[in-house]
Amino acid sequence: MKPSANRPLISRFVRENATTVTLASIFMALLAVFGLILGDRLLSVGTFQSIAFQTPELGILALAMMLALLSGGLNLSIISTANLCALTIASVLQFTIPWGASGSVLWLTWQVGAVAAGLAVAILVGLLNGLIIAYFGVSPILATLGTMIACKGLAIGLTRGNVLSGFPDPIVAIGNGTFLGVPLAFLLFGVLCVFVSVVLRRSSFGQKLYLVGANEKAAQFSGIHVKRVLLLTYALSGALAGCGGLVMMARFNSANASYGESFLLISILAAVLGGINPYGGTGKVSGLFAALLLLQLISSAFNLMNFSQFLTIAIWGALLIGVSALRSGTGIFGRLLLLEFWRAKSVVSEKA
Amino acid sequence: MPKTIQRWTRSHEFWLLAVVVVLSMFLTAATDSFLTLQNLFDLLTSTSFAGILAAGLLVVLVFGGIDISFTAIASVAQYVALTIAKTYPIGWFGVFFVACCTGILCGLFNAAIIHKVRISSVIVTISTLNIFFGLLIYITRGDYITSLPSYFREGIWWFEFTDSNGFPYAINFQALLLVVAFFMTWVLLNKTNIGRQIYAVGGNEIAAERLGFHVFGLRCLVYGYMGFMAAIASISQAQLAQSVTPTTLIGKELEVLAAVVLGGASLTGGNGSVFGAVLGVMLIAILQNGLILLGVSSYWNQFFVGCVILLAVSATALSQRRRYA
Repeated sequence: MKPSANRPLISRFVRENATTVTLASIFMALLAVFGLILGDRLLSVGTFQSIAFQTPELGILALAMMLALLSGGLNLSIISTANLCALTIASVLQFTIPWGASGSVLWLTWQVGAVAAGLAVAILVGLLNGLIIAYFGVSPILATLGTMIACKGLAIGLTRGNVLSGFPDPIVAIGNGTFLGVPLAFLLFGVLCVFVSVVLRRSSFGQKLYLVGANEKAAQFSGIHVKRVLLLTYALSGALAGCGGLVMMARFNSANASYGESFLLISILAAVLGGINPYGGTGKVSGLFAALLLLQLISSAFNLMNFSQFLTIAIWGALLIGVSALRSGTGIFGRLLLLEFWRAKSVVSEKA
Repeated sequence: MPKTIQRWTRSHEFWLLAVVVVLSMFLTAATDSFLTLQNLFDLLTSTSFAGILAAGLLVVLVFGGIDISFTAIASVAQYVALTIAKTYPIGWFGVFFVACCTGILCGLFNAAIIHKVRISSVIVTISTLNIFFGLLIYITRGDYITSLPSYFREGIWWFEFTDSNGFPYAINFQALLLVVAFFMTWVLLNKTNIGRQIYAVGGNEIAAERLGFHVFGLRCLVYGYMGFMAAIASISQAQLAQSVTPTTLIGKELEVLAAVVLGGASLTGGNGSVFGAVLGVMLIAILQNGLILLGVSSYWNQFFVGCVILLAVSATALSQRRRYA
């Protein structure tokens, strides 16, 4: 076989990013179909802006889920971590009113401090997950299920189920402001995507994470400190969930112990749709990003067509099964889809 | 004989039973109302829904699969059955028949997709949860059903007796279904050839397939059984709530999963017992009930449940590690 460097650049790109290319093609096809049906109502700046407003919440949470999935695990506690983080930020901000006038440096520093405190809580929850999973040997589903219920319980207990609302303008702007027409939350999401992508592709931690996810035993025997990698993975996953919590509280201008619970299973759905292997080891941020945009396009178009949001989630579920069927390549559709066939062939040729 | 006792004291169920007994004794001593017939009956009635689902989920976990979609299946089953029961006089048998058929069909759908698409059952059932639930709400527009037939509203009330304080007690519908569900699951897993096959596939699917077990058939049976139990649980819940709300059941799936794994069923399959599952369900129910009776604010309920789950799974994992080390 020819070394892969000699292959034409485009086909190599397609092969290496088969999932992203497939999802992008589905995205373009759906955009064309919906565009024909809806015309200007879909193909307007407003629609794309609303997609950009809606993507970050689910997107950042899906990034948090993605890291856990890559390690071969699962993090069911992301939503409760996000809410706990948001409530921490909210309760620190409650003390801001007596001192520091609106707009002063002190006022701004206090907000940065509040966000830092919230993220610290989120990282602590992540470390707890990592500790129980890596050092006690509990399976990730069980450990994070426990922390999910405990964190939510802690949040409900401390707030008595109440909503904390009314935050200073800079916090609200994270969720609702725009910069050159692009929502700030979307920019934050973009920055986090790049960050996670760089960590995964360029840092030694990222490479170790992929190895641990692909084969934990082999990683252990090749001298990787598996426990430390897992601890760091869940801490990072917690931190990202905390960022998700920040965006969520900024968008609603309020925080509560049980916001966004429907995002939990949807974030797994989005990550797997984006080509993250649920058994660990493979998956890219670009795939996840494409999957999220695809999901939001369907949601926005259905919204414009006055379909209920519940039909949207049914379609999301069906989409995941459909794309998985294509990927597994057992069905006739799998063979029909050229790109995935291509990928299968390249895997075979690499083995040969 | 001592060897059997020794093995028994090392088992997960023994420790769980010890915790349940100690907790019950403490609650009996600390409160007047825990060990009263009324409280125990209430406890049984209110855990019926989660308990019946736990019985079904146990079989799926033993098989080595997992099912997240059962709350959506339950919502669909109760909605279909009671919509038909509202207009046609189909009676008790009819309600159960329609609900169970719906539940089993949904379960078979899961099994077929898991088998065909060959992706992990978590992912498939998360998808089907969204599909079943989304379509249900889309088609019904989220409407409640409140006018249930009179025989259904009354339920059953067998062997009534009255205690010295004048409170009437009886075997009610929910308690009966709960006991029947666990008994059926016990028979299926322990007294039938199929039960042994389910354990075998859970232990090692490929080996079981090579031995000639019909894995797809078993998968259909296991997920069909889960759908069947979801239907039974949904009827029990609808009778208790005296209405059908399509959105109330969703979101309970992870609580049921927590109860079953607390009972010692492993997520990798091949492990788990009906007695353990019963104890897991009991522990969570008694804990929640006890906290209320002790006067702890119900807002703190979930926190303690979460901590107990974390302690239990950590202790189990650490003790297993010590044994194999």
